[in-house]
Amino acid sequence: MSSADQPIVLGFETSCDETGVGIVRGTELLADAVATSVNEHARFGGVVPEVASRAHLEAMVPTVHRALETAGLKLGDIDAVAVTAGPGLAGALLVGVAAAKAYALALGKPIFGVNHLAAHVCVDQLEHGKLPQPAMALLVSGGHSSLLLVPDVATDVRPLGGTIDDAAGEAFDKVARVLGLGFPGGPHIDRAAREGGDPDAIAFPRGLTGPRDAPFDFSFSGLKTAVARWVEAKQRAGEPVPVADVAASFQEAVVDVLTRKALRACKENGVDHLLIGGGVAANSRLRTMAVERAEAVGVRVRVPRPGLCTDNGAMVAALGAELVAAGVEPSRLDLPADSSMLITDVTA
Amino acid sequence: MLLLAFDTATPAVTVALRGDEGVLAEHTEVDARRHGELLAPGIEKVLAAAGCSRTDLTGVAVGVGPGPFTGLRVGLMTARALGDALDIPVHGVCTLDIVAAAVAADGAFAVATDARRREVYWAAYDVTGRREGEPAVDRPAEVADRLTGLGVAGQGSRLYPEQFPRALDPELPSAAVLAELTARLLREDPERLLPPEPLYLRRPDAVEPGARKAVTQA
Ligand SMILES: [Zn+2]
Repeated sequence: MSSADQPIVLGFETSCDETGVGIVRGTELLADAVATSVNEHARFGGVVPEVASRAHLEAMVPTVHRALETAGLKLGDIDAVAVTAGPGLAGALLVGVAAAKAYALALGKPIFGVNHLAAHVCVDQLEHGKLPQPAMALLVSGGHSSLLLVPDVATDVRPLGGTIDDAAGEAFDKVARVLGLGFPGGPHIDRAAREGGDPDAIAFPRGLTGPRDAPFDFSFSGLKTAVARWVEAKQRAGEPVPVADVAASFQEAVVDVLTRKALRACKENGVDHLLIGGGVAANSRLRTMAVERAEAVGVRVRVPRPGLCTDNGAMVAALGAELVAAGVEPSRLDLPADSSMLITDVTA
Repeated sequence: MLLLAFDTATPAVTVALRGDEGVLAEHTEVDARRHGELLAPGIEKVLAAAGCSRTDLTGVAVGVGPGPFTGLRVGLMTARALGDALDIPVHGVCTLDIVAAAVAADGAFAVATDARRREVYWAAYDVTGRREGEPAVDRPAEVADRLTGLGVAGQGSRLYPEQFPRALDPELPSAAVLAELTARLLREDPERLLPPEPLYLRRPDAVEPGARKAVTQA
């Protein structure tokens, strides 16, 4: 059923609040089962690590079986196990790593502890085929905002820049809260903006875009504060807050900076493929603006479908399969969960 | 039978293998911060030491706490996944009962383990070694008032010698004891075995946000 270059890999992802179990054969997606505890976190306005960790333990075995059923496989068909070793929430990672080790040990198969960010990059292979190398990757979510140069997703991933304060998705969450919209903020802001919001209504600041600023780093904290100040001024003046305009203008500021920097990185590194991943990649304005601006400079944009952009097990399995095919050494059974794993380490 | 037993609800990562005749191998390491790293290799070590294969296993016994959450979950996740992948039953045992089963006391006693935040997980046991009531988490002084001079096994008595002056052995649970206890319960009283559900005894630390604070000073 499988072969050396088309290994069947079972992937585990528990770095945040999604319990993801995916199965791939080479670059073919066979199953992507996700259980989420997002509703348990909503009333706290953010992910509560202990709540997420408890939910991972309860969801794991049933999610494995949902994935196996979808793929029409048995555990005995699995050739290798892959798991997010980091970065992420320490206690949450630990549950996935423990599960992956136990399955690998019980099945007598190799285990690959992998980097969550590299997995976000690799997942696109399941949808759009082999990633052209080198590629540029813009990863934006509630937990990360990174610009990566990817000469080889199995062995060589280089960070060009990242956020110096809030992750992009976090800014969406906080602004959604200011506007009285729900958690997580991304989809709510996106929807509000599309309901007649004018992206040019308010000129919100673009962080770190001055001539002396780090060209590939991001900052969203100042923007978030500027939005809050603007809304509060309206409220104090007793005027209605134009929610759609604020959402659209905030979103425009985020998306403008993300796409501008990503394309500059492509140009400076002579890269003509830009991959966008992470939960914020589901944002409709980000997708549209990235494609428009990229086309203008001859860069092809690749964005996996929304379900593969958010955290999932298939992305981990995809990277695991890539590592098997590349002949990378498996991890040892004492591999640690590393909450601050560096992106330069694709495997643990 | 070939029973794999382990407990990760205290600083000890303890693993043992028991065959029909008794315990075949035990491996214990004490490192409160490395449960996730030590457990799977520990399982491989006891299998290798006993010359057994993972596919020979007929059951898993796991300590279900109470214990600090991250370590406890490593044990439970491992037990559940092994049970699932090998299609064998997983039996839970209260970690305090594992400590209690190794106490050689000539009367009633108690077990107290470290719950961090200056509290202990604890339970009292009668003269036959049977637990009285459910395990609880409390401050050492409150527990000491309830125990009135009983000997106390477990790390709690080492951490709080003023409250628990009569320290009993053992300090930490042993998987060999867990394996023996589970084998006996399977034989004599299987109803007393627990499902592999964690005994957290505490709610997650999480505070619902109040009204949002303005960033501008009014
Ligand atoms: Zn992610």
